Amino acid sequence: MSRFFNELLHRREAGIFLMIVLIAIVVGFIEPRFISVETLRITALAIPLILIAAMGQMMVLVARHVDLSIGSILAFSSIVAGMIFRDMPELPVIVGVLVAIALGAALGLFNGVLVVLFRLPSIIVTLGTLSLFRGFVFLVSGARQVDPQFIPRSLIQMSQTSPIFGIPWLVIIAFVVAFVTYLFLDHTRLGRQIYALGSNPVAAPLRGINVVRVTLLVFSLSGALAGLAGVMYASRFGYVNPGITGVGFEFTVIAAVVVGGVSINGGVGTVLGTVLGVLLLGMVSVALPILGVSAFWQDVFNGAVIVLALLIDRTVRERSIRAMAEARSTA
Amino acid sequence: MTDKISTEGLSASQTATGEQPAPKGAAELRPMWQVILIRPEVMTFVLLLIAFAVATQLSPFFADATFILESATFYVEYAIIALVLTLIIIAGEIDLSPAAMMAFSACVFAALFKLGLPIGLAMVASVITGALMGIFNGILVLRFKLPSIIVTIGTLTLYRGLAQVLAGDRSISGFPTWFIGIDWKYWFGVPIPVVLFLIATVVLAVFLAFTVTGRQIYQIGTSPEAARHAGIRVQRIKMGLFVLLGVASSFAGMLTASRLASVRYDMATGGELQMVLMVMLGGTYIFGGRGSIAGTFLAAWLLIVIATGMNVANIQITSQLIVMGFLLIVSIIATNAIYARTQR
Repeated sequence: MSRFFNELLHRREAGIFLMIVLIAIVVGFIEPRFISVETLRITALAIPLILIAAMGQMMVLVARHVDLSIGSILAFSSIVAGMIFRDMPELPVIVGVLVAIALGAALGLFNGVLVVLFRLPSIIVTLGTLSLFRGFVFLVSGARQVDPQFIPRSLIQMSQTSPIFGIPWLVIIAFVVAFVTYLFLDHTRLGRQIYALGSNPVAAPLRGINVVRVTLLVFSLSGALAGLAGVMYASRFGYVNPGITGVGFEFTVIAAVVVGGVSINGGVGTVLGTVLGVLLLGMVSVALPILGVSAFWQDVFNGAVIVLALLIDRTVRERSIRAMAEARSTA
Repeated sequence: MTDKISTEGLSASQTATGEQPAPKGAAELRPMWQVILIRPEVMTFVLLLIAFAVATQLSPFFADATFILESATFYVEYAIIALVLTLIIIAGEIDLSPAAMMAFSACVFAALFKLGLPIGLAMVASVITGALMGIFNGILVLRFKLPSIIVTIGTLTLYRGLAQVLAGDRSISGFPTWFIGIDWKYWFGVPIPVVLFLIATVVLAVFLAFTVTGRQIYQIGTSPEAARHAGIRVQRIKMGLFVLLGVASSFAGMLTASRLASVRYDMATGGELQMVLMVMLGGTYIFGGRGSIAGTFLAAWLLIVIATGMNVANIQITSQLIVMGFLLIVSIIATNAIYARTQR
């Protein structure tokens, strides 16, 4: 039993969890209002979009790639879904949702094809498609916003009503997505192949892993999840604006994912860690205004957190390499 | 990584006479016209000519030197940074934070000026801020050995956030009249920002092509390991480049402040795309070791011609996002293909 706890404490997730608790205690000490059900509710509502997109980004990072275009994919799916709601109100809501997810997957697949076909660094490709897809958003929408009155009530209620314990639908969907991602990554052959590819892209094909298929898959999934997040954006905020929706979203998501202990060197990362990373960032975004700190500090915090997480990741990796070398020399 | 492609490239040409240790040696065996044609800068130049011809077709008002120079003032702010970024990418690193460095150093300048500091001192403080941000990037990349491409995403968010903390969401203005409107002042009939861009191009081109340190930058990008063994101070040179980029960003930020007569935290949002695009379009190899200032110089003009061409043709600014993104992707594909054929 003690060994079990020992192992638990040495996991990356434990560190993030302790940090969350620590922040909650410190903030609660300064401002007792923070420790309340209301805070919990606001935090819960702040995270679903990030959580869903983070699941996709995490898979991309584990495969040793990165996807900078998710903010624009989110906006594209969101605006098309919004336009379907506006121009074809007779269609059921689910059509808009499915179209958004499918479009997201298609744009993600496009990223993947460019990366695979031309062997380009994904970060530069997706920097290009970040702009390209944003251009598509303006093009299809004619630079017009989809106004609140066109977003179906049933969709907006997803972020307001709750089936159980007052937890809004949106939050439940996000955690279901996280759970399914966990099942996929940890309990399917394909899921494990993503880790194998990211750990060692040279060895992966030699072990019979279809590198092209896995790479296309992670980018498509990342796109599809960003698409889903797009519909949820419409639900949460009640409008879609071509110039605002999803701008800078990728940086928040990447911050959350690397804080969650997903390594940018591929092969390392868990769903639990990512969920905790998203929670940590979400909690800070709620705590800042309660503490009377200007919301302007949010980006400073996100940026500092990315840099810090990279530093920690590097230290951990160095230590594990050293430990491995020692184990080898004593053996 | 591109081993397979490069051997195919060798057998397809007449140079398959054995191992070519240096890329330069391989190039010498080709006929002269091939050597010239296969330079990626030529691709940029041809594209520039085509873009110019198309733009002239689109609007009769386009082919006017004064008009093009005036519209260039916006893009040269990015282009000056892109020149320094070229050196960094040749050295095998990248920095995605210069647009955010522009914003933060400009906010420092404006905030200090508002506090009553003489404008000259505020400018010095802005340049120092730029240098410090460059040092911070450099320390993270060189001392802590973090991959520059990801770490500068972190610092880009950080610097942009600092700009927002400093300036809030107001715009800061009220600069003295002599400071405002540098894009409407001329030296020898050319707007001052464009002159500065030309000077920077010449200085950096000479530095890269004719000084020992300049040549060592190529060496570092081709093989950092070999460069280190050859006694090249890899860390020091890279650090110098990161600092130079910070300083250049600060200068560009002040040019923008002068042009707009105000400073906001969201200055140059998304500018990193344009900067990387200029470097990539100019044929600099994303994995380091190859590229030229001339290429980036041409690519900057290509972008200027495309953007102004689209403006005079009344193509919406939002469609330009599509063109920019598309160009970035096509340009890396093209330069990668060219280098895969010629290297080794």
